[in-house]
Amino acid sequence: MLEIDNLHATVGGTEILRGLSLEVNAGEVHAIMGPNGAGKSTLAYVLGGRPGYEVTAGSVSFNGQDLLALAPQERAAAGLFLGFQYPVEIPGVSNVQFLREALNAQRKARGEEPLSGGEFLKLAREKAGLLKLDMEMMKRAVNVGFSGGEKKRAEMVQMGILDPAFAVLDETDSGLDIDALRVVGEGINAIMRKPDKGVLLITHYQRLLDYVRPDFVHVLARGRIVKSGGAELAHQLESEGYEAVAA
Amino acid sequence: MNAITLPTKRDEEWRYADFAALETLAPEAFGEWKAIELAAGETRRKCLVLDGSGPELHRVRLTVGEGARAELFAVNAGADYTRLEVVVRLAENAHFEFGGVTIGGGEATREFVTRVEHAEPEATSHQVVRSVHWGQATGNFLGRIEVARDAQKTDAAQDFKGLILERGASTNAKPELEIYADDVKCAHGAAIGQMDETARFYMAARGIPPEVARKLLVRAFVADAFTALADEGEQERMLDAALKVLGEAL
Ligand SMILES: Nc1ncnc2c1ncn2[C@@H]1O[C@H](COP(=O)(O)OP(=O)(O)OP(=O)(O)O)[C@@H](O)[C@H]1O
Ligand SMILES: [Mg+2]
Repeated sequence: MLEIDNLHATVGGTEILRGLSLEVNAGEVHAIMGPNGAGKSTLAYVLGGRPGYEVTAGSVSFNGQDLLALAPQERAAAGLFLGFQYPVEIPGVSNVQFLREALNAQRKARGEEPLSGGEFLKLAREKAGLLKLDMEMMKRAVNVGFSGGEKKRAEMVQMGILDPAFAVLDETDSGLDIDALRVVGEGINAIMRKPDKGVLLITHYQRLLDYVRPDFVHVLARGRIVKSGGAELAHQLESEGYEAVAA
Repeated sequence: MNAITLPTKRDEEWRYADFAALETLAPEAFGEWKAIELAAGETRRKCLVLDGSGPELHRVRLTVGEGARAELFAVNAGADYTRLEVVVRLAENAHFEFGGVTIGGGEATREFVTRVEHAEPEATSHQVVRSVHWGQATGNFLGRIEVARDAQKTDAAQDFKGLILERGASTNAKPELEIYADDVKCAHGAAIGQMDETARFYMAARGIPPEVARKLLVRAFVADAFTALADEGEQERMLDAALKVLGEAL
C-alpha cells in the first residue's frame, strides 16, 4: 500500500532522512520508534508534503501512485492522513467549519457529492462521541485553547470524520492521560483497523501499542530504519533502550 | 460658510494619502462633511461598503449625545484611493463603536482616519481595524483620540492588525493620543503579519486547497472587525463584501 524506497530528505539544507526504506501493506499497523531527533516527524512531514522538506532522492508510492508528485491536499484526497505531533491552532475557524471544508474538498477532488450541513453534523457527532470529545469543543476554533490531550483527541475525531485509507500518526499518544490513551487507542482501532487500511504509528512508548497492536516495529535512527521486528521489539526497546538494541 | 482648506502632505492626517488621486477630485469634495447627530439615549448603526472604481473621499461628523451609542462598520475595498474619515464627539456616557476592514490589491491606498473626542466623562470608544493587502496596495488606520480635561473615566480602545499577502503591499497604523484627564483608560495595539504557513499546511494536509485555506484564514482575520456587529445577517454581508475582492483577485 505504501512503499518508501531509499528516501533522502533535507530540511534547511541539512540531510535528515538518509536512505529510509519501508513497506506497509493493507491491513497492517507498523510502529516506528526512535530517539529524539532521529527524523520521525521529518518522515511524517515528507509524506504529508510539507513545504521546506525537500526530497533529494528515493521514491514513495501510495496505492501505485507517485505520492511525492502530489500536492499536500491531493495526498489527503488520495486517502493519506497525517496526525500531527503538535496540532496547529487556527483562531477564528471552528472545527466544524474546518472539517466540513476539508471533507467536502476531499470528496470534490474524488468526484463525490458534498455532504450537507445536517449530514456532516451527524457524522461529526458520531466521531466526537467515539473519541469522547464534547461536541461543544467541535464548535470552538481549531485547537485554540485546547489542552495537549484534547488536541490529540481532536486529531482523532478529524481522522474519524475524514476516514482515510492510510494514517501516519506522529506521537498521537503524547500528552494523553491514562483514560484518554485507552479511548484514543480504541478509536484508532475502530477507524483504521480494517483489511484495506494501513497505519504508521510513531511513538516513544509501549503503552499505546498495548491498545493498537502493531504487526511490525521499526527503529528509526540517524535518518534510516536500523532495525525491524515484531511487536516484541517494542518491549525489548522499552526495557533495554535504543543504544543497546539498535546500536 | 467656511472656506475650504485643501490638505497637504504635511498634515498628519493626510500623511499616507494618495495626492495624485486627490488632485482629480473637485475642491468642493473636501468641504463635503456629512453631519450626523444622535440624540441623548439614541442608538444608531451604519454599515458601509466602499467599493467604487475611482478616488473617493467620505467625511463624516458624528455628534453622539449623552448615553447614546453610535456604531459604524465599514469595508473599504475601493479600486482607487478611498478614504473614510470620521470625526466623533462623545458626550457623557456615550459610546462609539467602529469596525473597519481595508482590503485589496492593485496600487490603491485605502484608509480610515478617525478622530474621537471624549468631550465629557465616562464615554467609551472601541475601534477595530483589519487590513489585508496584496499587489502594491496600502491600507492605513490613523486614529486620534482626544480626552478633554474633565472627561474622567474615559475608556478608549484601538486595535489594528495588518495582513500582508504579497511582498510589495503595506499597511500603516498611526495611533495618536491626546489626553488631558487623569482617570482614563486608553488601550491601543498594532501588529502586522503574514499568512500563517503552518496553518496553511495543516489545512492542506486535511485536503483543503490553498486558495480555500487562504479565504478561510482571511475571513477569520477580518471577522474581528465585525464581532461587535450584533446582527448576524449584517455580519455575514460585511464579511462577504470584504472577501469578494479576494476571490476576484487571487
Ligand atoms: N528547519 C530545520 N532546520 C534544520 N534542522 C531541522 C529543522 N527541523 C528539524 N530539524 C532537525 O531534524 C532532526 C530530526 O527532527 P525530527 O523532528 O524529525 O525528529 P523526531 O525523530 O521527530 O524527534 P522527536 O522524538 O523529538 O519528536 C533534528 O535534529 C532536528 O533538529
Ligand atoms: Mg517528532
